[in-house]
Amino acid sequence: MLVGIRAGGIRQLVSLARPSNSYTGLGPFSRRAVSVNTTNPLPQASATASVVEALAHTHLFDCYQCGKCTAGCPMAAQMDIAPNRLIRLLQLGREREALDAQSIWQCVSCQTCATRCPKSVNCAGIMDALRQLSMEEGRVSPAQRRVMLFQKAFLDNIRRNGRLYELELIVQFKLAGFMHDRRFSLLFKDATLAPKLNKRKKLHLRGKKVRDRAVLRRIFARSMDNS
Amino acid sequence: MNIGYYPGCALHGSSDDYEESLRACLKTLDVKLQEIDEWICCGATAAHSLNQKLSIALPARNLALAERGGFGEILAPCPMCSMQLIKAQKALAGNEGLRREMSGIVELEVRGTTRVLNLIQVFGQIGLDRLKAALKSPLKSLSAACYYGCLLTRPPDVVEFDDCEQPHSMEAILTALGAKTVDWSYRTECCGGGMTMASEETVLDLSHKILSNAAAHGANCLVVACPMCHVNLDMKQPDIERRYGVRHGMVIYYLSDVVGMALGLPESALGINRHFVGKA
Repeated sequence: MLVGIRAGGIRQLVSLARPSNSYTGLGPFSRRAVSVNTTNPLPQASATASVVEALAHTHLFDCYQCGKCTAGCPMAAQMDIAPNRLIRLLQLGREREALDAQSIWQCVSCQTCATRCPKSVNCAGIMDALRQLSMEEGRVSPAQRRVMLFQKAFLDNIRRNGRLYELELIVQFKLAGFMHDRRFSLLFKDATLAPKLNKRKKLHLRGKKVRDRAVLRRIFARSMDNS
Repeated sequence: MNIGYYPGCALHGSSDDYEESLRACLKTLDVKLQEIDEWICCGATAAHSLNQKLSIALPARNLALAERGGFGEILAPCPMCSMQLIKAQKALAGNEGLRREMSGIVELEVRGTTRVLNLIQVFGQIGLDRLKAALKSPLKSLSAACYYGCLLTRPPDVVEFDDCEQPHSMEAILTALGAKTVDWSYRTECCGGGMTMASEETVLDLSHKILSNAAAHGANCLVVACPMCHVNLDMKQPDIERRYGVRHGMVIYYLSDVVGMALGLPESALGINRHFVGKA
């Protein structure tokens, strides 16, 4: 299915899946206003794309490809698929290409794209949603897997300690990174930093954990439960 | 003035020079910080990248703890934390269903009534007049590039602070304290944020551009109000210089450093001696 045009019945199902408080624009050009015209339906998001819309609280078809998100993106020059093109892929039902993209992990979450969008498309939120789905579906680009491994190690660290325990995070991330690409150079790259941090009393051998750590595990379990 | 305090992980980790600085500075101005008991991490980029529900739940737990502690306002000096907290606070305040769901998840009733402030806003509450009245040593030698980065002003509908393209709140403080501020182009560009470990080249590249632009516009120091910006611009500066074969030698101050110096505090009391890049 290369083209994202769907019949009315599926469109209604998809619109039910959207959060009710996410969209207030009901002007003459909004999707909701014209979607009653069943003889000439507008293109609608595929199932995956509608999950992206729900997670990001935004409407993909509001994007009219002006490219302002990409123009202001500090990472666009290095990206394989620029932000506006990721949104276009989702509009076209080619979400696999978006989930496989390196760019969703190159994004630094600076929020410039969403801030400047003339149609208030939450592009930064779309990047978040794509990262979440890419990880959940095991589609993370191998070239960018280190970024995902860092985020995972970070969350795992919080789940166990309540607060970030930097030293433990670094060790955990370095080992996970090494298991992924077996690069010794990266494994030991920051070793010389330790004495420099120590000299400035910035190296804390012990993390300050919260007392009630069991509640963290329950919060994580409930949040990760997709029901 | 009493205010609730959410330090966040960075200020209890390798960025504790920021905490040292703002505690010393605010103490001089009679601001008492009351730390929220049992605060947990806001989840930062990791949570909003990997699990949307968790990225609301972790801040929601902190907001509930703040409410339980009776704090109407809290200072979150890290913009990542404050943005995450405000995002959750606004979502909770406007959605009863979400309040109920999150109260269940975090095992505390949360209403979303706490106002979250960044450090600039706390100085704003103290007032420029009071800062000027307490001025002991005007910052005459500084030509400062005020650097806002991303999350102090973005997303604007979440943080609702200053102008997201042309912010000026830090310049107002520094000017009041006798410093010169430079007009430059990278005030709201990103330093690479939390990519320091996961993708070092990203951070070196973006931070190099920021340092170069500040120098090209005549700055002799940068002023930040974010622990991650400080890590990338200060701690990584020697790596940036090595990679690009340049010498920046740009001193990076926290906002509370320069306010503290103007109030007459010695650099050692503000933790400035613990930075990586010292004065030339």
